[in-house]
Amino acid sequence: MPLLDVRNLRTYFHTRGGITRAVDGVSFHVDKGETLGIVGESGSGKSVTCYSMMGLIPQPPGRIEGGEAIFGGTDLLSCSDEELRSIRGRRVAMIFQDPMTSLNPFMRVEDQLIEPLMIHQDISKADAIKRAIESLEEVGVPEAEKRIRSYPHEFSGGMRQRVMIAMALITKPELLIADEPTTALDVTVQAQILELIANLQKERGMAVVLISHDLGVVAGAADRIMVMYSGKVVETGETESVFYNPRHPYNRALQKSIPSLQQKGEELYTIPGMPPDPTQIVEGCAFAPRCEFADEACKSGLYELKASASEHATSCKRTQNKEIILTPNANG
Amino acid sequence: MDDNSFLQVKDLKTHFSIEKGLLFRRQVGSVKAVDGVSLTLARGEILGLVGESGCGKSTLGRSILQLVKQKSGSVTLDGKELTAITGKSLRSSRADFQMIFQDPYASLNPRMTIYDTLSEALQSHKEIPSSEVSAAVGSLMTKVGLSPRFMRKYPHEFSGGQRQRIAIARALAVEPKLIVADEPVSALDVSIQSQIINLLAKLSREMDLTLIFISHDLSVVKHISDRIAVMYLGNIVEIGPAEEVFHNPLHPYTKALVSAIPVPDPKKEKERKRILLSGDPPSPINPPVGCAFHPRCPHVEEECKKARPELEPFNGKSQAACVRLQALNTNSI
Repeated sequence: MPLLDVRNLRTYFHTRGGITRAVDGVSFHVDKGETLGIVGESGSGKSVTCYSMMGLIPQPPGRIEGGEAIFGGTDLLSCSDEELRSIRGRRVAMIFQDPMTSLNPFMRVEDQLIEPLMIHQDISKADAIKRAIESLEEVGVPEAEKRIRSYPHEFSGGMRQRVMIAMALITKPELLIADEPTTALDVTVQAQILELIANLQKERGMAVVLISHDLGVVAGAADRIMVMYSGKVVETGETESVFYNPRHPYNRALQKSIPSLQQKGEELYTIPGMPPDPTQIVEGCAFAPRCEFADEACKSGLYELKASASEHATSCKRTQNKEIILTPNANG
Repeated sequence: MDDNSFLQVKDLKTHFSIEKGLLFRRQVGSVKAVDGVSLTLARGEILGLVGESGCGKSTLGRSILQLVKQKSGSVTLDGKELTAITGKSLRSSRADFQMIFQDPYASLNPRMTIYDTLSEALQSHKEIPSSEVSAAVGSLMTKVGLSPRFMRKYPHEFSGGQRQRIAIARALAVEPKLIVADEPVSALDVSIQSQIINLLAKLSREMDLTLIFISHDLSVVKHISDRIAVMYLGNIVEIGPAEEVFHNPLHPYTKALVSAIPVPDPKKEKERKRILLSGDPPSPINPPVGCAFHPRCPHVEEECKKARPELEPFNGKSQAACVRLQALNTNSI
């Protein structure tokens, strides 16, 4: 049984401009100890998917219209607030993109670190502080005993993200959701943080959901990848297979447009057009207007990905029916 | 003046003072954001300027354009000394050099239509008969790949990529010779980034524009630049042809930077060795004595802690500022 099983999740935002279908029928699972990478451009619904599971969607305007997210036998979407609180922060933890805005600037790091322990575990304050110092040492904060008395602004960006990770992991969660954990950091620091998450994961056998817009970050860290476009999953499969044998034209085009894989001097490959307006209901495949392989049939019908287990699946009907065969990008 | 020095920056220093005290303000220190940078650019050349946040790359760009005042040093554009110009004449000479900012959401006035924004820029340095303004705005929009029929729209009606096109059009309106683009694609999605890079490369070619492209992302810069300069803590530590810096980095910092770029290829990514730097970049208030990179450098020696190394040429292509330049690069290849 998977650790987390999300089925047909739909989260809409009801705004004056209309209904935004941020997440529209997303299904996936995460097994114990594995890393699932979720990639997609901004607005593709990757963050909203995870926020929905954690009960972090502001309601209104957001509304979870349907679906379930089973974590260890409990449906996170329909359980009571009390049940959700006992899972969130203890068994499932989350780290966010910007460590400056997600730490409380008025609280010493110490008080923020022990908060999850004091809430979830029967532990004395002195013991909690001891655990907090240990966890700071574990994530590589030097002079942890002294630095624990500091405020968030006294840390650099990389160190702050380490504090965030220490805070998320202090209760030894089974699942860590990392929403663009390195996007706000410099490349050399990004490498440190990714290495840190991978090491901690190996030690503890924790599962990780890694959200990123950077295919390079996901390529190195994820066991499986899920590609999202316009609120839907368009492709999912083992990392190598998703990279080397793309099955959805969007996945292939996205990889093709990465500057580092292209020859210098040539014009960079670009995906024509723009992502669709999420308030408009698109008939057929959402990528069809930008897709070089689209035909008339792509503009109607329902495009949903039916993935079972860990197989490599795509929502593209033309590749499913073997009408087109996508050639891998020349980077192998 | 030879052609190789269209833009010449000499020993440019920009420091920001830190003051304390309410009544008697006194200077207690200074942030040495740019600390002695020298550069020359040929006309039409594209220079990529990379480095981590806080290394002074944006301040360098802004100092060149006289948006912040330097402490010392000189900037010459096409034979004209920019640091000596002040007041009204600085304003009028800005027609020669323009800037594109990172965030197209913040750098466009939300209450002005595209027509207002662009016509203001067009008319700021040139007299244009009112009957021709609309046509001029239209042709400017076409140049950056926007349809002129959107000219009465407001910035919020555009996507991020389109807004950056508007910002580029605004910079081009005065027909500048030099453009400094400060992280112009960092706020954009991957698929849109390529469109903007292509556009900037095309415009630079067509208009013989000299471009300084600032970015923290080496792989983005590699594509568009003729040469790349790598900054660390207020100084250029390596400069050379783009391919050379990317594929054959000389300075230990550049080596680490190149190795830290995630490669979107699972097999390569799992096999390759990263040079993991320990710690964070040090504070520019109290930069380390000697080579600024020595506390994080894996090849540090006593020698590195004594004096700051100067840029010196290596293999006839690149220059790097490292005491151990010869030792580190002759046997490692």
